[in-house]
Amino acid sequence: MKKHTYLVLGLLGFAALLTGCGNGNQGKSSSGALNSSNAEKVYVAPGEHDEFYAFFSGGYSGNLTVYGLPSGRMFKEIPVFSQFATSGYGYSEETKPMLNTSHGFVPWDDAHHPDISQTNGELDGRWIFINGNNTPRIARISLTTFETEEIIEVPNSAGNHSSSFVTENSEYVVAGTRFSVPIPQRDIPINEYKGNFQGALSFISVEPEHGSMDIKFQIIMPGFNYDLSHPGRGKSHGWFFFTTYNTEEASTLQEVNSSQNDKDFIAAINWKKIEAYVNNGGGTKMPANYAHNVYDESTHTATSTMKKEVLTVNPLDVPGAVFFLPTPKSPHGCDVDPSGQYIIGNGKLSADLTVHSFDNMIAAIEDKKFDGEAYGIPILKFEDVLAGTVKSGGLGPLHTEFDAEGNAYTTFFISSEVVKWKLGTWEVIDRKPTYYSVGHLMIPGGNSRKPFGKYVVALNKITKDRYLPVGPEMEHSAQIYDISGEKMELLYDFPTHGEPHYAAGIPAELLAPKSKKFYKLADNKHPYATLGAADSKVVREGKDVHVYMSTIRSHFTPDNIEGVKVGDKVYFHITNQEQDFDVPHGFAIIGANTSELLVMPGQTKTIVWEPKQVGVWPFYCTDFCSALHQEMQGYVRVSPANSNLELSWSLGD
Amino acid sequence: MKIILKSSAVLFSVLMMGCGGKEEKKKEGFSVDRAKTTTEQASPAPTTSDTKPSETIDLTNKGVGPITSVSLTAEVDQEMAKKGEEVYNQMCLACHRVDKKFIGPAPKGILERRSPEWVMNMILNPEVMVKEDPLAKALLAEFNGAPMANQSLTEEEARAVLEFFRTL
Repeated sequence: MKKHTYLVLGLLGFAALLTGCGNGNQGKSSSGALNSSNAEKVYVAPGEHDEFYAFFSGGYSGNLTVYGLPSGRMFKEIPVFSQFATSGYGYSEETKPMLNTSHGFVPWDDAHHPDISQTNGELDGRWIFINGNNTPRIARISLTTFETEEIIEVPNSAGNHSSSFVTENSEYVVAGTRFSVPIPQRDIPINEYKGNFQGALSFISVEPEHGSMDIKFQIIMPGFNYDLSHPGRGKSHGWFFFTTYNTEEASTLQEVNSSQNDKDFIAAINWKKIEAYVNNGGGTKMPANYAHNVYDESTHTATSTMKKEVLTVNPLDVPGAVFFLPTPKSPHGCDVDPSGQYIIGNGKLSADLTVHSFDNMIAAIEDKKFDGEAYGIPILKFEDVLAGTVKSGGLGPLHTEFDAEGNAYTTFFISSEVVKWKLGTWEVIDRKPTYYSVGHLMIPGGNSRKPFGKYVVALNKITKDRYLPVGPEMEHSAQIYDISGEKMELLYDFPTHGEPHYAAGIPAELLAPKSKKFYKLADNKHPYATLGAADSKVVREGKDVHVYMSTIRSHFTPDNIEGVKVGDKVYFHITNQEQDFDVPHGFAIIGANTSELLVMPGQTKTIVWEPKQVGVWPFYCTDFCSALHQEMQGYVRVSPANSNLELSWSLGD
Repeated sequence: MKIILKSSAVLFSVLMMGCGGKEEKKKEGFSVDRAKTTTEQASPAPTTSDTKPSETIDLTNKGVGPITSVSLTAEVDQEMAKKGEEVYNQMCLACHRVDKKFIGPAPKGILERRSPEWVMNMILNPEVMVKEDPLAKALLAEFNGAPMANQSLTEEEARAVLEFFRTL
């Protein structure tokens, strides 16, 4: 059986090579990574820096990982939707509120589509947004601290998938529902889906200075599946486009039942029109319950607030704001070219790509050339909005990105390849195999007005034999191609953490200079901070014991604590007093039912310890901080619950 | 058999310890002469004879770093010294007690042994000082290899800390 698998794979690979070489003058240059000049292209010498940052969604890891391109080296995993024992995120008292939702504490999510904030349609490198798919949430991550600063839950949504894409000036980050549900939620038979279930498209405003998110309005759409989306840009700024599938409104066996219609839709939303409607008092306030969690950099602490209302908009109340563009074969990716003229719908069950024209769409709307309606929303005629079709010969097109030279690059999942084609002429220029079954692809800035088209990264779903086997479970593989020439060149292959769906890249020079080195102690407003070693203390409040502890190479102040009793709840508030780049200290104590803390210079973090046994228990620094790191340790004496021992603490006495 | 004997001996001694600790003050620890010998850490310092680096007086060495010249007023600037004390308490106290050796040396009397420039360079540029300044290098050895942390003070803050040292 195994042999057969290899044989099939081998044949596939051979076929792929053949198609790869089929274009005449490629010759030797298509031998990919065997070419030594390709090795030089991804080689970043020791101590030198990569040209691009690349942020890969972690998929089911719930987090976001940061890589360098072209080297494929991973620099950091940023905890977003999942508890992260490495730093204490989601375990520390300060960060537990970040994972609060209307369903209570949710320590995990499925993170999909990172998108970097934009100004005038170009990457501005201020924040990166990412969606939690399972318990619908949108997170905003600072690109100076590379930490999650804000998470907002999205009510009336389920399977938050056509998210988290930003408009041209980051006016909104948009979150569309993949699964339609009863709105509001209620107890009804599942087979009454049709006509009763609806899909919410949420426009979350982003405050320009600090980035604070707030749901400005939700458009309550027919009960389709809203799969992916992208904003209009340039001439189409003010519009947003969503692919849909399951316009059949099936509620069971969607694998078959959602593929009955020859065409589903791209929903075109004139959000500027709806924004004006809402600003003039339009829309309906609806009771809701959703969490808004904000991390404050000065207190190093998050707070969670439950919001109780959301503004909904019935699209029929805003004539001229919402239209459907028929698009063949259950389209998945929905991508807009840098000029804003072309909207590409990738029918995932098709061999061809459908390209709609924004100008044609506007003309058809003006001429009211409608082809019926769906739940009152006008449907435009396919032929009227179509700009062209790319006859690629591939199978299963999913996603498209762009370079700055008028070329588009589309992934094909079933035929495992990236196809380069020309906008306007729709001719296929090149195709290269991927290993294997590529999902998204990413060109830095490749879905903005200003792509940096030097590399494309293919994010593959299947790894198989690309790396040394490590048992049944493997990391996903990514491939980087040089796209600076006419033909794409496969340069390198690297594993990625979790299951990256989308990724976002940006030139390093836009981020590196403003990356924060440490937090200023003088700016630390944490209520339990120990700003000077002399402020260290231990305070009892009933059964709660608060330890104000500071760290500096290489000791804790205090490092001996007595008078703690079984049944106490001990809060270790650790302040790192270092004021230098890259000198974190860790804190771990035996028997803690939480995690360690990794405390950055100038920061305060808190972990709870509930001692259950009498004894003298050690704690220590987990981050090798200096030559005397092994000496960075201390003891807590735990006495019986009925002990009369007074609290005392010391260092070196 | 041997194993059983051995383990029962261990068990027995554990039991002994368990019983013996009945709050009866035992002689603490054990005693071996482990005092540091002067040959133990070959010091590259410019110290002659037995003078410790921390006690060495060198008022001409300005150290390595951004500070090349500091002029001290005849009278201590009390306002500046007060600001310096605040900075010191937040940034330095964890390792430097005012008048006793702790993790690092005490600042009391430092200006009788060091130039003001050396002191400020040690605050502002410790990573380079412990590599390139022979005295700083010797101090690192004397103080157990505990590195002087760069607390990222501004020159103004370091100057204020220096003024505070003059009051000690």
